[in-house]
Amino acid sequence: MNISIETKEKDHLTTVDISGEIDAYTAPKLRESLFHLAEKKESVIIINLSEVTYMDSTGLGVFVGVFKNIRSNNGQLRLLGLSNRLMRLFEITGLSTIMDISSKIEGEAK
Amino acid sequence: MIQSFDYIELKIPAKAEFLSVIRLTLSGIASRMGFAYDEIEDLKIATSEACTNAIQHAYTNNEHGEVIVGFGLYGNRLEVMVADNGKSFDFLSAKQGIGRYEENDSVEFLREGGLGLYLIESLMDEVRIHNKEGVTVFMIKYLEGERVERDVKTISKPDNS
Repeated sequence: MNISIETKEKDHLTTVDISGEIDAYTAPKLRESLFHLAEKKESVIIINLSEVTYMDSTGLGVFVGVFKNIRSNNGQLRLLGLSNRLMRLFEITGLSTIMDISSKIEGEAK
Repeated sequence: MIQSFDYIELKIPAKAEFLSVIRLTLSGIASRMGFAYDEIEDLKIATSEACTNAIQHAYTNNEHGEVIVGFGLYGNRLEVMVADNGKSFDFLSAKQGIGRYEENDSVEFLREGGLGLYLIESLMDEVRIHNKEGVTVFMIKYLEGERVERDVKTISKPDNS
Protein backbone atom coordinates (compact mmCIF):
# COMPACT_ATOMS: atom_id res chain seq x y z
CA MET A 1 0.00 0.00 0.00
CA ASN A 2 1.28 3.40 -0.97
CA ILE A 3 0.05 6.95 -0.85
CA SER A 4 -1.57 9.09 -3.50
CA ILE A 5 -1.72 12.87 -3.27
CA GLU A 6 -3.85 14.95 -5.65
CA THR A 7 -3.58 18.71 -5.52
CA LYS A 8 -5.90 21.27 -7.15
CA GLU A 9 -4.97 24.95 -6.94
CA LYS A 10 -7.43 27.75 -7.66
CA ASP A 11 -6.46 31.30 -6.64
CA HIS A 12 -5.79 31.21 -2.92
CA LEU A 13 -7.65 27.95 -2.38
CA THR A 14 -5.85 24.64 -2.62
CA THR A 15 -7.62 21.33 -2.17
CA VAL A 16 -5.63 18.18 -1.54
CA ASP A 17 -7.03 14.65 -1.72
CA ILE A 18 -4.92 12.09 0.08
CA SER A 19 -5.53 8.36 -0.12
CA GLY A 20 -3.62 5.38 1.22
CA GLU A 21 -1.42 4.90 4.25
CA ILE A 22 0.58 7.61 6.04
CA ASP A 23 3.56 6.13 7.90
CA ALA A 24 7.31 6.74 8.13
CA TYR A 25 7.70 5.42 4.57
CA THR A 26 5.09 7.63 2.88
CA ALA A 27 5.35 10.70 5.16
CA PRO A 28 8.39 12.24 3.38
CA LYS A 29 6.46 12.29 0.09
CA LEU A 30 3.48 13.89 1.83
CA ARG A 31 5.69 16.44 3.59
CA GLU A 32 7.31 17.40 0.29
CA SER A 33 4.03 18.01 -1.51
CA LEU A 34 2.38 19.91 1.34
CA PHE A 35 5.29 22.09 2.45
CA HIS A 36 5.70 23.99 -0.79
CA LEU A 37 1.94 24.77 -0.70
CA ALA A 38 2.33 26.08 2.84
CA GLU A 39 4.99 28.55 1.72
CA LYS A 40 2.45 30.76 -0.09
CA LYS A 41 1.12 33.84 1.68
CA GLU A 42 -2.46 33.80 2.94
CA SER A 43 -3.40 30.57 1.24
CA VAL A 44 -6.30 28.36 2.29
CA ILE A 45 -5.53 24.67 2.16
CA ILE A 46 -8.27 22.08 2.51
CA ILE A 47 -7.11 18.50 2.86
CA ASN A 48 -9.51 15.62 2.36
CA LEU A 49 -8.43 12.59 4.38
CA SER A 50 -11.49 10.40 3.80
CA GLU A 51 -9.49 7.84 1.79
CA VAL A 52 -6.66 7.55 4.33
CA THR A 53 -6.71 4.00 5.66
CA TYR A 54 -3.83 4.27 8.15
CA MET A 55 -2.00 7.04 9.92
CA ASP A 56 0.36 7.29 12.92
CA SER A 57 2.53 9.93 14.62
CA THR A 58 4.64 10.50 11.52
CA GLY A 59 1.50 11.70 9.74
CA LEU A 60 0.51 13.85 12.69
CA GLY A 61 4.01 15.35 12.63
CA VAL A 62 3.63 16.32 8.97
CA PHE A 63 0.27 18.00 9.54
CA VAL A 64 1.51 19.86 12.62
CA GLY A 65 4.52 21.13 10.66
CA VAL A 66 2.36 22.23 7.71
CA PHE A 67 -0.11 23.84 10.12
CA LYS A 68 2.65 25.90 11.73
CA ASN A 69 4.01 27.00 8.33
CA ILE A 70 0.61 28.01 7.01
CA ARG A 71 -0.20 29.94 10.15
CA SER A 72 3.08 31.85 9.99
CA ASN A 73 2.13 32.84 6.42
CA ASN A 74 -1.32 34.01 7.58
CA GLY A 75 -3.05 31.13 5.84
CA GLN A 76 -5.59 28.55 6.92
CA LEU A 77 -5.51 24.76 7.07
CA ARG A 78 -8.58 22.55 7.30
CA LEU A 79 -8.58 18.77 7.51
CA LEU A 80 -11.80 17.14 6.34
CA GLY A 81 -13.27 13.64 6.08
CA LEU A 82 -11.50 12.19 9.11
CA SER A 83 -12.55 8.64 9.95
CA ASN A 84 -13.30 7.71 13.57
CA ARG A 85 -9.78 6.28 13.76
CA LEU A 86 -8.14 9.50 12.60
CA MET A 87 -10.39 11.56 14.88
CA ARG A 88 -9.24 9.40 17.78
CA LEU A 89 -5.57 10.09 16.95
CA PHE A 90 -6.13 13.85 16.94
CA GLU A 91 -8.14 13.63 20.15
CA ILE A 92 -5.65 11.46 22.08
CA THR A 93 -2.82 13.83 21.20
CA GLY A 94 -4.80 16.97 21.98
CA LEU A 95 -4.38 18.26 18.42
CA SER A 96 -8.14 18.32 17.86
CA THR A 97 -8.40 21.40 20.07
CA ILE A 98 -5.67 23.25 18.16
CA MET A 99 -6.31 22.32 14.54
CA ASP A 100 -9.41 22.74 12.37
CA ILE A 101 -10.56 19.17 11.75
CA SER A 102 -13.86 17.59 10.78
CA SER A 103 -15.27 14.17 10.00
CA LYS A 104 -17.45 15.75 7.33
CA ILE A 105 -16.55 16.54 3.76
CA GLU A 106 -17.76 19.90 2.52
CA GLY A 107 -17.82 22.03 -0.58
CA GLU A 108 -15.95 20.96 -3.66
CA ALA A 109 -14.00 18.21 -2.01
CA LYS A 110 -15.85 15.08 -3.06
CA MET B 1 3.08 -21.10 36.28
CA ILE B 2 4.42 -20.60 32.74
CA GLN B 3 1.45 -20.16 30.47
CA SER B 4 1.61 -21.81 27.10
CA PHE B 5 1.75 -19.48 24.13
CA ASP B 6 2.40 -19.46 20.43
CA TYR B 7 5.29 -17.40 19.19
CA ILE B 8 5.76 -15.69 15.84
CA GLU B 9 8.86 -13.72 14.92
CA LEU B 10 9.53 -11.38 12.03
CA LYS B 11 12.90 -9.99 11.04
CA ILE B 12 12.93 -7.04 8.64
CA PRO B 13 15.67 -4.81 7.24
CA ALA B 14 15.67 -1.48 9.11
CA LYS B 15 13.85 0.28 6.28
CA ALA B 16 10.56 2.16 6.51
CA GLU B 17 9.19 0.48 3.40
CA PHE B 18 8.68 -2.72 5.42
CA LEU B 19 6.50 -1.12 8.11
CA SER B 20 3.37 -2.01 6.15
CA VAL B 21 4.51 -5.65 6.06
CA ILE B 22 4.66 -5.67 9.88
CA ARG B 23 1.18 -4.17 10.06
CA LEU B 24 -0.23 -6.75 7.64
CA THR B 25 1.24 -9.61 9.65
CA LEU B 26 0.03 -8.10 12.90
CA SER B 27 -3.48 -7.65 11.49
CA GLY B 28 -3.56 -11.31 10.58
CA ILE B 29 -2.38 -12.42 14.00
CA ALA B 30 -4.69 -10.10 15.95
CA SER B 31 -7.81 -10.90 13.96
CA ARG B 32 -7.00 -14.61 14.27
CA MET B 33 -6.95 -14.09 18.06
CA GLY B 34 -10.34 -12.39 18.04
CA PHE B 35 -9.39 -8.77 18.62
CA ALA B 36 -12.01 -6.22 17.58
CA TYR B 37 -11.45 -3.82 14.68
CA ASP B 38 -10.53 -0.85 16.88
CA GLU B 39 -8.13 -2.91 18.97
CA ILE B 40 -6.39 -4.17 15.84
CA GLU B 41 -6.01 -0.59 14.62
CA ASP B 42 -4.58 0.41 18.03
CA LEU B 43 -2.12 -2.49 17.86
CA LYS B 44 -1.09 -1.50 14.33
CA ILE B 45 -0.30 2.06 15.37
CA ALA B 46 1.57 1.11 18.57
CA THR B 47 3.65 -1.56 16.80
CA SER B 48 4.38 0.72 13.85
CA GLU B 49 5.50 3.46 16.24
CA ALA B 50 7.90 1.09 17.99
CA CYS B 51 9.24 -0.20 14.66
CA THR B 52 9.60 3.34 13.27
CA ASN B 53 11.71 4.26 16.28
CA ALA B 54 13.77 1.10 15.91
CA ILE B 55 14.38 1.83 12.23
CA GLN B 56 15.35 5.44 12.91
CA HIS B 57 17.64 4.33 15.71
CA ALA B 58 19.41 1.83 13.49
CA TYR B 59 19.63 4.51 10.81
CA THR B 60 21.19 7.20 13.04
CA ASN B 61 23.75 4.66 14.18
CA ASN B 62 24.61 4.28 10.52
CA GLU B 63 24.01 0.58 10.58
CA HIS B 64 22.33 -1.45 7.96
CA GLY B 65 20.55 -3.13 10.76
CA GLU B 66 17.59 -5.36 11.16
CA VAL B 67 14.57 -5.00 13.35
CA ILE B 68 13.00 -7.98 15.04
CA VAL B 69 9.36 -8.09 16.00
CA GLY B 70 8.21 -10.93 18.26
CA PHE B 71 4.55 -11.75 18.86
CA GLY B 72 3.57 -13.80 21.92
CA LEU B 73 0.04 -15.14 21.45
CA TYR B 74 -1.61 -15.97 24.76
CA GLY B 75 -5.19 -16.98 25.42
CA ASN B 76 -6.09 -13.62 26.89
CA ARG B 77 -3.55 -11.23 25.38
CA LEU B 78 -1.08 -10.40 22.65
CA GLU B 79 2.46 -9.44 23.66
CA VAL B 80 4.58 -7.58 21.13
CA MET B 81 8.32 -7.09 21.45
CA VAL B 82 10.32 -4.87 19.08
CA ALA B 83 14.14 -4.94 19.20
CA ASP B 84 16.44 -2.79 17.11
CA ASN B 85 19.73 -4.62 17.55
CA GLY B 86 18.83 -7.23 14.97
CA LYS B 87 19.69 -10.10 17.29
CA SER B 88 17.19 -12.85 17.87
CA PHE B 89 16.08 -13.11 21.45
CA ASP B 90 14.62 -15.71 23.69
CA PHE B 91 11.16 -14.24 24.13
CA LEU B 92 10.64 -15.30 27.75
CA SER B 93 14.04 -14.37 29.14
CA ALA B 94 14.24 -11.14 27.15
CA LYS B 95 10.87 -10.21 28.60
CA GLN B 96 12.14 -10.69 32.15
CA GLY B 97 15.08 -8.38 31.54
CA ILE B 98 12.76 -5.47 30.82
CA GLY B 99 11.75 -3.20 33.68
CA ARG B 100 9.80 -0.01 33.89
CA TYR B 101 11.63 2.91 32.39
CA GLU B 102 12.17 6.14 34.24
CA GLU B 103 11.16 9.59 33.03
CA ASN B 104 14.80 10.61 32.67
CA ASP B 105 15.88 7.43 30.97
CA SER B 106 17.76 7.90 27.77
CA VAL B 107 14.75 7.22 25.62
CA GLU B 108 14.97 10.72 24.23
CA PHE B 109 15.09 9.53 20.69
CA LEU B 110 11.70 7.98 21.31
CA ARG B 111 10.36 11.24 22.62
CA GLU B 112 12.04 13.53 20.13
CA GLY B 113 9.66 12.48 17.37
CA GLY B 114 7.18 13.75 19.90
CA LEU B 115 4.08 11.69 19.84
CA GLY B 116 5.26 8.15 19.10
CA LEU B 117 5.88 6.96 22.63
CA TYR B 118 2.86 8.86 23.87
CA LEU B 119 0.66 7.01 21.39
CA ILE B 120 2.15 3.63 22.32
CA GLU B 121 1.33 4.28 25.96
CA SER B 122 -2.16 5.49 25.15
CA LEU B 123 -3.07 2.59 22.90
CA MET B 124 -1.56 -0.40 24.72
CA ASP B 125 -2.43 -1.81 28.16
CA GLU B 126 1.18 -2.24 29.33
CA VAL B 127 4.44 -0.85 27.96
CA ARG B 128 8.01 -1.50 29.03
CA ILE B 129 11.22 -0.25 27.47
CA HIS B 130 14.67 -1.73 27.82
CA ASN B 131 17.64 0.34 26.79
CA LYS B 132 20.73 -1.83 26.87
CA GLU B 133 22.48 -3.24 23.81
CA GLY B 134 19.95 -1.48 21.62
CA VAL B 135 16.41 -0.70 22.52
CA THR B 136 13.63 -3.16 23.13
CA VAL B 137 10.01 -2.10 23.41
CA PHE B 138 7.68 -4.60 25.03
CA MET B 139 3.92 -4.10 25.03
CA ILE B 140 0.76 -5.96 25.91
CA LYS B 141 -2.80 -5.69 24.71
CA TYR B 142 -5.50 -7.78 26.39
CA LEU B 143 -8.44 -9.21 24.55
CA GLU B 144 -11.57 -7.28 25.46
CA GLY B 145 -13.29 -8.76 28.51
CA GLU B 146 -10.36 -11.05 29.30
CA ARG B 147 -8.77 -8.65 31.70
CA VAL B 148 -12.03 -8.19 33.60
CA GLU B 149 -12.67 -11.94 33.74
CA ARG B 150 -9.23 -12.51 35.13
CA ASP B 151 -9.77 -9.90 37.82
CA VAL B 152 -13.13 -11.38 38.72
CA LYS B 153 -11.55 -14.81 39.15
CA THR B 154 -8.90 -13.39 41.46
CA ILE B 155 -11.44 -11.51 43.51
CA SER B 156 -13.88 -14.41 43.77
CA LYS B 157 -11.17 -16.87 44.78
CA PRO B 158 -11.76 -16.69 48.55
CA ASP B 159 -15.41 -17.70 48.02
CA ASN B 160 -14.42 -20.84 46.17
CA SER B 161 -12.00 -22.06 48.78
